Amino acid sequence: MHVLPGLESALRSMRGGAPADPDREIMRTTTVDLAADTPAGAAARRTTAWTAGGLAAAAALTGGLLAPTDAAQGQAQRLMYVHVPAAWVAYLAFTVVLAASLAHLIRGDLRWDRYARAGAEIGVALTAVALASGAYWGHLVWGTWWAWDPRLVSTALLLLTYAGYLALRRAVAERTGRDGADRTAAVLGVAGFLLVPVVHFSVVWWRSLHQPATVLAPERPPIDARMGLALLLAVAAASVAALCVLLYRVVRLSRRHGPDPATSASRRREPARVG
Amino acid sequence: MIRRPGRLALAGVLVAAGALVVAGALEDTLTYYRTPAEILSDPDAAGERVRIGGDVVPGSLRRDGETVVFRLAEAGHEIVVHQRGAPPDTFREGEGAVVEGRLSPDGVFRADHVEVRHGNEYGPTGAESPDAR
Repeated sequence: MHVLPGLESALRSMRGGAPADPDREIMRTTTVDLAADTPAGAAARRTTAWTAGGLAAAAALTGGLLAPTDAAQGQAQRLMYVHVPAAWVAYLAFTVVLAASLAHLIRGDLRWDRYARAGAEIGVALTAVALASGAYWGHLVWGTWWAWDPRLVSTALLLLTYAGYLALRRAVAERTGRDGADRTAAVLGVAGFLLVPVVHFSVVWWRSLHQPATVLAPERPPIDARMGLALLLAVAAASVAALCVLLYRVVRLSRRHGPDPATSASRRREPARVG
Repeated sequence: MIRRPGRLALAGVLVAAGALVVAGALEDTLTYYRTPAEILSDPDAAGERVRIGGDVVPGSLRRDGETVVFRLAEAGHEIVVHQRGAPPDTFREGEGAVVEGRLSPDGVFRADHVEVRHGNEYGPTGAESPDAR
């Protein structure tokens, strides 16, 4: 995977979880921890944000101008370039909640809990975007804003579950005075992910008004190459933008909770700008 | 008290069991629409408000005053639909549709709501594959 050196190290540190050795951190000049509250981390986050902005501009141009108008649905089909990325990146965000909640349950490290919270916030927002854009698309093409359809109902359930997860966290934090100390939310963060495959396969398992997947289908039905490119760019833009928001939130939450004892000496003195 | 790993496993089992119960209870309502064959072979369906899904048979669509008449076909079975009110603009012959209404004793399905059910193929006009619906 050759994205950004900083991305690779961020993914590595998200997987590994071991806090970076301060001495080694000085030696590393090419890779930067994207979630580090340091000037280098902030610069790397700014680079990621610009990448997201560039991808979003490219996606807007491709989806708005280059991609042709759909034969069956007309201009309404262009809502796909908002609706599909929102839904997919929401899945990704809930995958972050799942992984981070598991890591938090197993290791008891609050660092992971912040990833879980930020992931859930992003996932809830994007699920709301997917529902809203889907309702408008449905109004234009199906002739109805809402239907009691398995895909729509399960998506609403997904939104409620993770909104409930965030509400539970808030309630526990207000009672105990500390955010993330309770493991009940982490269990819900893991269990809630059971709904993600239900949402995705609802159009296959049950009869649905919603059309089945196109790109993630086992035998891919035809989609125009320019439409496919616009969709790909939009998904990439949404993914990188969501990664940006995730890192920004994690850094903010880490500051609010106070720095980790092991690294407080070096980090407290020079708070870096969040990119 | 059960030890922590045990409690986690218990919570997992409870959640899974709850999901199964919910899915089981929803099994009937999860079917968003029924097919013409199911409705025509079910004697209890007459008079009940149901949704039927299928493809609009090419050549069957005509307008009769306020009523739109067409046939819906799915897997070789057809049903005649009398729809009151205009369907959405995207409604076309050969495309999928879901209608909501009641089956009359004369075998005609009287609907008052149409939803267009489109496929998952996307492309510009004129580039459709021959088997595109």
